[in-house]
Amino acid sequence: MEAQFIKRFHYCLILLFWVSISFSQVSEDMVTIGAGSYVPLYGTADKKTVYIKSFLLDVYPVTNQEYLEFLKTNSAYRKSKIKRLFANTTYLYEWSGDLNFGKLNPNAPVTNVSWFAAKEYCECQGKRLATLDEWEYVAMADEKRKDARSREEFNKYILSWYEKNKTYNNSVGKTFKNYWGVYDMHGLVWEWTFDFNSIFLSGESRKDKDTDKDLFCGSGSVNATDLMNYAAFMRYAFRGSIKANYTTKNLGFRCAKNISN
Amino acid sequence: MKKIILLVIASIFILGCNSKEEKQNIKDKPITDLSIYNLPEKWTNQDGKDIELKDLRGKVLVMVMIYTSCKSACPRLVADMRNIESKIPEEYKDKVQMVLVSIDPTVDTPERLKDFSIENKMTGNQWVFLRSNEENTREFAAVLAVNYKKISPIDFSHSNIISVFNAEGELAFQQEGLGVSYDKTVSKIKEEAEKVE
Repeated sequence: MEAQFIKRFHYCLILLFWVSISFSQVSEDMVTIGAGSYVPLYGTADKKTVYIKSFLLDVYPVTNQEYLEFLKTNSAYRKSKIKRLFANTTYLYEWSGDLNFGKLNPNAPVTNVSWFAAKEYCECQGKRLATLDEWEYVAMADEKRKDARSREEFNKYILSWYEKNKTYNNSVGKTFKNYWGVYDMHGLVWEWTFDFNSIFLSGESRKDKDTDKDLFCGSGSVNATDLMNYAAFMRYAFRGSIKANYTTKNLGFRCAKNISN
Repeated sequence: MKKIILLVIASIFILGCNSKEEKQNIKDKPITDLSIYNLPEKWTNQDGKDIELKDLRGKVLVMVMIYTSCKSACPRLVADMRNIESKIPEEYKDKVQMVLVSIDPTVDTPERLKDFSIENKMTGNQWVFLRSNEENTREFAAVLAVNYKKISPIDFSHSNIISVFNAEGELAFQQEGLGVSYDKTVSKIKEEAEKVE
């Protein structure tokens, strides 16, 4: 009787150990983003300041290997099972099977995932997708500054990545580590945000002043501000052009989390 | 010991993160892949009653996303909905559900939606007003390809889209923009209502 109790107790300890490991991994893979405010380049009608509360963000985008682990326990999101409402036919396009990412790099960000799949993945980890404003807030940091948007080299770096091919199969963590300790906001893949569908660049919103017209017409010289606008415009325009069940090979995601008191 | 038990319970929850999977249908036929009835979220209607989208299954749905404090585009969208409804032949009326979904769940309480329905003379059984939390609303908008953003404490910008769903909850038609002709929308509604037994 007593031996059995001890045995059970040991199981509990092992489980406890496992749980604590998995919890500590979660926190190590995320960093705290400090509260702050900034004026986004697009998205607000009158260039209003946006306030960002402190939150946690994944250091890296979610990788193929991590996504595979998720699929093991969430069969409804496997390539052959997912409902078309939640992902189009190119979902996990290069995967060779439901639980096989084929020739893709295990440490590369998972791409060809829909917004629904990304959202579900994060919710399963007790996390969520970052909001667009949160994502852009973190993305404006370079190695040393919270807001490097007006730095010419920073913008050139971002724009030169836009021109590169196939960065989606590179491993995570190989681009620069930014001010917050976050990698790969630029230089690897584009990322889903929770409210990606809050963009109006299609002329639908009459209040939207930052149309492409303002960006492409009549600028004689290209200065840092133009580059900065152009880089952000590309991201916002891309977001404005996608739907929640779309999947493309240069679009991945990472998760965020509220800071609980 | 209590803590250990709690952790064990917590770990079971972590392991079992597939609770959304394979919900059994109330109705006989399985829900199709493209059906909005795959969405599990709960909504509240203008009478304060909790419903799931699935409860609307079997009817043709005409849906729009609005917010009641809206002064510019929404009144016209609401007018469009009313005009569309008035064009539906009598024989199809009980096969069609007109649904207005709020993008402003904080302001649009069930009471507010009720008042709005009375002000706009949309009190018949064919009218349903729905609200949920911010997250579900965002997801629902994603399905409808409706974009919206809060641009001030009381104002949103949003796409002006009216969507028609068949009885299975599959998107059949979308009308985009303000002041466009709704002839196509009406004929699609009739076509889909014809199929409903």
